[in-house]
Amino acid sequence: MTLEEKQKEIVEDFAIYDDWMEKYEYIIELGRDLPIIEEEKKTKDRIIEGCQSQVWLDSSFADGKMHFKADSDAIITKGIIGLLIRVLDDEKPEDIAKCDLHFIQEIGLHEHLSPTRSNGLASMVKKMKMSALKALTTNDSEQKA
Amino acid sequence: MDSTIKRKFSVREIREDFPALRQTIYGKNLIYFDNGATSQKPQYVLDAINQYYSKDNANIHRGVHHLSQKATSEYEASRKFIAAYLNAKSSDEIIFTKGTTDGINLVASSFGHLLNAGEEILISAMEHHSNIVPWQMLCERKGCVLKVIPINKKGEIIQDEYEKLLSSKTKLVAVTHISNSLGTINPIKEMIQKAHVVGAKVLIDGAQSIQHDKIDVKDLDCDFFVFSGHKVFGPTGIGVLYGKEALLDRMPPYQGGGDMILKVTFDKTTYNELPYKFEAGTPHIAGGICLGKALEYLNQFDIESIKKHETELADYAQDLLLTFEDMNIIGESKKKTSVVSFIVDGIHPFDMGTLLDKQGIAVRTGHHCTQPLMDFYKIPGTVRASFAFYNTKEEIDTFIAAVEKSIGMLK
Ligand SMILES: Cc1ncc(COP(=O)(O)O)c(C=O)c1O
Repeated sequence: MTLEEKQKEIVEDFAIYDDWMEKYEYIIELGRDLPIIEEEKKTKDRIIEGCQSQVWLDSSFADGKMHFKADSDAIITKGIIGLLIRVLDDEKPEDIAKCDLHFIQEIGLHEHLSPTRSNGLASMVKKMKMSALKALTTNDSEQKA
Repeated sequence: MDSTIKRKFSVREIREDFPALRQTIYGKNLIYFDNGATSQKPQYVLDAINQYYSKDNANIHRGVHHLSQKATSEYEASRKFIAAYLNAKSSDEIIFTKGTTDGINLVASSFGHLLNAGEEILISAMEHHSNIVPWQMLCERKGCVLKVIPINKKGEIIQDEYEKLLSSKTKLVAVTHISNSLGTINPIKEMIQKAHVVGAKVLIDGAQSIQHDKIDVKDLDCDFFVFSGHKVFGPTGIGVLYGKEALLDRMPPYQGGGDMILKVTFDKTTYNELPYKFEAGTPHIAGGICLGKALEYLNQFDIESIKKHETELADYAQDLLLTFEDMNIIGESKKKTSVVSFIVDGIHPFDMGTLLDKQGIAVRTGHHCTQPLMDFYKIPGTVRASFAFYNTKEEIDTFIAAVEKSIGMLK
C-alpha cells in the first residue's frame, strides 16, 4: 500500500464515527495497541518535550526504508502517534520527506498537530521528516562512494 | 453604577450578563471552568469597550481637543476608582501595566535597581513562573540571592521555614495571594507583618485573588500588589501595579518614552511625577477605562455572597470528585478558593482534558506555569477546574458525569 493509500484508508476508517467521543474511543484503542518503545530506548535524545505530554521517538533506516517506534505518556497522543506511524513506517525516506499528512485534517485531528498545541506531536512529525532527510543524504553519499 | 446598594446575588441573572456563556461547543452547552486562566466578560464591559472605540477614541494627556480631554478624564477617573476600590492612599499609587507579569517585571527592574549583591529575595514554592523568572533575571543581573520558602504536602507555605529565611539580608518577599494551581489562600497579612519586622518589602501577586475577595492594600499593608484585568472580568493587555507612594518615588523609571517625562533635552531629561513616571508611551486607554468598568461591575455585588457561592461550588465539586477511585486532589489546604486541581492515578491530565473538551467542558490541564510545584508533587500536571461566580452546581453535575465517562474510557 502506498503512503497515499494508507492515508485514504485511515480517513475511511474514521468516516464511520460521527461522534467525537466515539472517535476518541478508537484513538485510545489505537494507543493501547501501539507497540511501545523499549524502556531502555526512552533516553534523553529520543525525548520530544511538549508542554502537555511527552513523546519518545526512535527512528531507524534499513533496506531503503524508514522505521519508527514511538511512545507517549498520554494515551490520546499515543493513539495519534499510532496513526502517524501507520502512514510513515516502512516507507522510503524520499516519500516521507515530501509527504503531506492531509489525513489528520480530514479526520478532524489537526488541532493536535498544530504547533501551538504543545503536545510534542508537531515536533515529532518534524523529527520524522528530518530523520528521513538525513537517511536520504547518507544513502546518496554511500551509493556514490 | 451605584455600589452603595448592593445588587441581589442571582447566578441566573449574572449569567445573563455574560454573552460568552451562551454558546455551544461541539454541539454541547459550553461549561466554562477555566476562570483561573481568564474570565469571561460581562456586557457592561463589552459595551464600554465598544463605546470607547466607536465614540471616545483619542490619545490622552496630550490634546486640547474635546475627545482627548474626555478620554483623559475617563482614563484618570478609572484610575481613581481603582485606587478607591483597593483602598489605596491616592491614585498616584495606581500604575497601569499590561498585567500581572508586566507589573512584576516593572518591580524587578525598577525596585531591583535599588538592590545590591548578596541581598535576598524570597518567593514561595507555589509561585507562577511570572513570579519566579523576573527575580531570577534580577539575581543574575545584580548578584542578589533568590530563596524559596518551602510548602507542605497540603500545599501550604510552611510559616516556620518562612520565619527562618527572613533576615536583615531579605529585601523583598514576593508571594502569591492565592495559588493558581492549588487554590491555597496564603495568610499574606501575617506574612507581610513578619517581613516588615526585618525591614523587607512585600510584593503580593494578586492575579488569582482580585476576582474572589475584597482587597484592601492599606489593611494588608503590602508594599506592592499586582493583578491582571483579564482575570477579573476586564480586558486583556491591562493590569495594575499598586505601590506605596514613598517607595514608587524612590524607584527609577522602568521604560523611557513619551508621557513619562517632564522635560527632555539632549543633555538631561527630567521625569514626570507619579504615576506617569512608570507609564511610558501611549497606554492601553480602552483597557484602563474598561478595567475600571469591570471592577465597577464586580462591586455591585456583596463580595461575601460571591465568596459563599464559589466556596460552595468548589466544595461540591471536590466532594463528588473524591467519590472516584484513585482520585487525588492536589492542594488540600483548609483555606482554598474555588479551584479544584486533580489527577487520577494512571490517567494523564492531557487525556482527561481532551475528552472533557469534546464534551463541551473547558478546563485547564498541564503544569499551569508552575513547573517547580509540579516537580514537588512529582506529577506531570493536573486537571484544574476553576470556578467563577457565574458557574452553577448543575454545570458541576454535568462535569462530574463527563469525568466519569472519561475515566471509563481511559482506564
Ligand atoms: C498566580 C498568577 N500569577 C501570575 C499570573 C500571570 O498573569 P498574566 O499572564 O495575566 O500576566 C497568573 C496567570 O496565569 C497567575 O495565576
